[in-house]
Amino acid sequence: MAKTVKLTSPLTDQDVLQLNIGDTVLVSGVIYTARDAAHKRLVDLLAKGEPLPMDLAGQIMYYVGPSPARPGRVIGAAGPTTSYRMDSYAPTLIKMGLKAMIGKGKRAVEVIDAMKAYKAVYLGATGGAGALISQRIKAAEVIAFPELGPEAVHRLEVEDFPAIVINDCQGRDLYEQGVREYRRTAAR
Amino acid sequence: MRQIEAAQVTQAVKAAAIAANYEPGADLLAALARGAETEESPSGKEIFRQLLENARIAKEERIPMCQDCGLAVVFAEVGQDVRLVGGDFDQAINEGIRQGYGEGFLRKSLCHPLTRANTGDNTPAVIHTEIVPGDRLKLTVVPKGGGSENMSRLYMLKPADGLAGIKEKVVTAVQEAGPNPCPPIIVGVGIGGNFERAALLAKKSLLRELGQANPDPEVAVIERQLLEEVNCLGIGPSGLGGRITAMAVHVLMQPCHIASLPVAVNIQCHASRHQEVIL
Repeated sequence: MAKTVKLTSPLTDQDVLQLNIGDTVLVSGVIYTARDAAHKRLVDLLAKGEPLPMDLAGQIMYYVGPSPARPGRVIGAAGPTTSYRMDSYAPTLIKMGLKAMIGKGKRAVEVIDAMKAYKAVYLGATGGAGALISQRIKAAEVIAFPELGPEAVHRLEVEDFPAIVINDCQGRDLYEQGVREYRRTAAR
Repeated sequence: MRQIEAAQVTQAVKAAAIAANYEPGADLLAALARGAETEESPSGKEIFRQLLENARIAKEERIPMCQDCGLAVVFAEVGQDVRLVGGDFDQAINEGIRQGYGEGFLRKSLCHPLTRANTGDNTPAVIHTEIVPGDRLKLTVVPKGGGSENMSRLYMLKPADGLAGIKEKVVTAVQEAGPNPCPPIIVGVGIGGNFERAALLAKKSLLRELGQANPDPEVAVIERQLLEEVNCLGIGPSGLGGRITAMAVHVLMQPCHIASLPVAVNIQCHASRHQEVIL
């Protein structure tokens, strides 16, 4: 049975091992944002042996490029971007201790294998619900690569940020299960 | 000749860009409400409810529906009895985009293709200009998200592939896209023309009111059949499994070369945004 689990970052192995595909997760605490350009920068820094702007151990990475905040607001719309574009970088970050990724859409087998090997999970947020999701973000600050604009790395403080477990530590995939349940043959 | 000032064009484009991103159309809201009623999968129903709530918050709290405020596609229908004065037409449109995305707190999502340096103001827009009879100027601003655009496909089929081949490609494109383009999607299909025209037809079909059938009954049948087949895939809202993978399939068709059967599939996420203004 799918369950609802409240998680606070940073995450432990135990936090992620209890999760099964289809579980709802409500995340609180600090999460970091990064999408295409920021991932390239992070992996380039690692390749050069330079320090990252954050310690990845136990952390959660949210694939998002928010829209600008209006004056007096924390952030603009902030829904997930499609995750497969980060697939070539994700295993490297998972090996560094990243425990969860939040995005939308399918992941490559290499990423799923890395999640199994290093105990991490992939969480899906509702794509296109940028206004709704923004209400769970309580603070936002750019901590690296400000020149990337919407692609800069932000440190977000979130409260009960809703997501669903798409890939768990056992290598299972909620998308595949969902399609199996509802697929039918077209009459031609 | 009726004169229209470039500054009027800029104002109109700016207002349309902002409205498109904050105010979902009545057709989209109706389709989402229908989905919340009819989707069988509990998680799919919940996604529809979230999307309706998202639309309400966007309008009331002035937060864009989606953080991907899109590459701005602008369709311009210029009456042949219109004379544009006081500036360059394309520049006037781009100025409207620049002002709209700046003052409207919309995300700037355009960059150099190789260095990936952001252009900073969401320009240049992709502008499609047509000369039409009359003395009016119609501008339609279509912010198009990158996630769904990435899942779009163009196929140069053989004439022997026929309608069965077309259907197979449309279904394959939607299946391969899976959860990536933010389903429930709208599938725009262009059949015929040539390489670039098929793609343009597919994009143009997305301007039609959501779910309204093509006026040509022959094409309307193809739309219905494609929607049924696509919705057999089981992808469902957010890809979590369900009956409604697509809310509509829109097809535009025109003659093509005797050697060709071009088919384009332009996938539109559920944040279907387009705002029309007539000067």
